[in-house]
Amino acid sequence: MQDEPTPTELIKAVADFLRSEITPVIKGHNAFKLRVGINALDLVTRQLALADQGDAAEAARLKQLFEADGALLELNRTLSEKIASGEVDLKTPGLAEHLWQTTMDKLAVDQPNYASYKRELGTK
Amino acid sequence: MIETELGRCVATFHPGATGVTGAAKLSGGASQETWTFDIVHPDGPVGAILRRAPPGYGAAPGRAAGLDAEAVLMQLAHDAGLPSPKVMHVLRPEDGLGRGFIMARIEGETIARKILRDEEYAGARPILARQLGRVIAGIHGLPRAKLPQLRSMSATKEIDDLEREYRSFNWPRPVFELALRWLRDHDPGPSSEVTLVHGDFRHGNLIIGPDGVRAVLDWELAHFGDPMEDLGWICVNSWRFGEIDKPVGGFGTREDLFAGYAEAGRKADPDRVMFWEVMGTLRWGVMCCGMMQRFRSGPDHSMERAMIGRRSSETEIDLLRLLAPRGK
Repeated sequence: MQDEPTPTELIKAVADFLRSEITPVIKGHNAFKLRVGINALDLVTRQLALADQGDAAEAARLKQLFEADGALLELNRTLSEKIASGEVDLKTPGLAEHLWQTTMDKLAVDQPNYASYKRELGTK
Repeated sequence: MIETELGRCVATFHPGATGVTGAAKLSGGASQETWTFDIVHPDGPVGAILRRAPPGYGAAPGRAAGLDAEAVLMQLAHDAGLPSPKVMHVLRPEDGLGRGFIMARIEGETIARKILRDEEYAGARPILARQLGRVIAGIHGLPRAKLPQLRSMSATKEIDDLEREYRSFNWPRPVFELALRWLRDHDPGPSSEVTLVHGDFRHGNLIIGPDGVRAVLDWELAHFGDPMEDLGWICVNSWRFGEIDKPVGGFGTREDLFAGYAEAGRKADPDRVMFWEVMGTLRWGVMCCGMMQRFRSGPDHSMERAMIGRRSSETEIDLLRLLAPRGK
C-alpha cells in the first residue's frame, strides 16, 4: 500500500502552485505553454476522480448491449466493428443513449468548459 | 543571420532597398517556416512576410499544394481583387533562402478569441459572414486555365482518406465509426461543378481588421473539388470558439454566408454544405488524434500536441449533436 498524500493531492498542489505563484511571473510563449501544462494537470486530476466510475458504467452498458464479456477496449472494438458493418445503428435500442453517455463522460474529463458540453449538460 | 540573405534578396526585387530589419520567426515546424520582417527603404519601411521551406527540404509532403503553387494562387487572388497579399518575390536558388516566397505583410488579427470578443472587432463581426461568402465565391471562380497543378478530391476520396488514417491509429472510437458510416450513406456523389477549393478557410487563416476581412492566408491545402467543402469547413463547431449558436466562425449565420456567396454570382447547396460540415468535424477529430500519434512517435514531443489529442472528444460531442441530436 502506498502512503499518503494521494496522487490527486500531489498533482493539485503542483497545479495550484504553478497557477498562483508562477503564472504571474511568466511572459510570452512560455506563459502559453504553462497554461497548457496546468490544463494537463487539471485534466489528470479529473480523470483520477471520474474515470473508474465512468469506465465501469460504460463497460456495463456495452455488456448489456451485446450480451458479451471482455475488457473495455475489446468491447469498444466490438461496438466499432458492429457500427462499421451496419449491424447496429442509431435505431438500435440503447445505442444513441450509450454513445451520448460515454461521450459526456469523456468531456467531463477532457474539456468540461467546452460550450457544446455545457449546453448538453443543461438540456439533458 | 537570416537578415543577411534577406537583405541581399530584397535588393534584387525592391529597387532602393538597403536591407532588412526586425526578422522574427512567427511559426514553423521542421519543414515550413513563416518569418516577418521590414524592408529598409529611404521612403520608409515596408512590412513583408517570408514563407519558406528552409534549404535542404524538398517537395511538400502528402496533401500540401507546395509553396510554388501557394504563391501562384495568392497572386491570382490578389489580381482578382480578392483580399490576398501581393506576392513580392518567389525565391530562386541563388537567394540561398530555400524554397518559398516573400509577400506583403497585411496588418490585422488572426486570433479567433480576439476577433470574437474584442470591442475593436464589434463592427466587423456582423458583416463578416456575408463578406466571407463573397470572398470564397471569388476564390471558387478563379480562372481554371491560370491555376497551378493541384490534387483532385471528391467526397468519396475524402471519406476513404479519413477512414484509412483513423484505422491506422488502431484505437476504437464508436462515434467516429458512426460518422464514417453516416458519411458513406449520405455521400452526395461527384459535384456537378468542380472548382478550386481553398481547403482551410477558417479562423487562423483569415486576417481580420475592424473593417472586416483583409486577407485569406495559407493555401497549403488547396485542391480541386466540391466548392461546398469550403462552406462546410468554416461552419465546423471547432472554429466557433464557444459561440456555438453562430455557425460561421462564431460570428455569423449560414444564411448570411450563402447570401454573400449568391451576391458574387454563385449558388450554395445547403445539404451539401451540411454534409461537408459533418466531414469537417470528423476531419478535425482525426487530425487531433494524429497530433497525439506524432507526440508519441516524436520528434515533436510537446505537451501541446499531447493535449490536442484530448480534444478529439470535442468533435465526438459535436458529431453526436449533428447526427443524433437529443430531445427529438
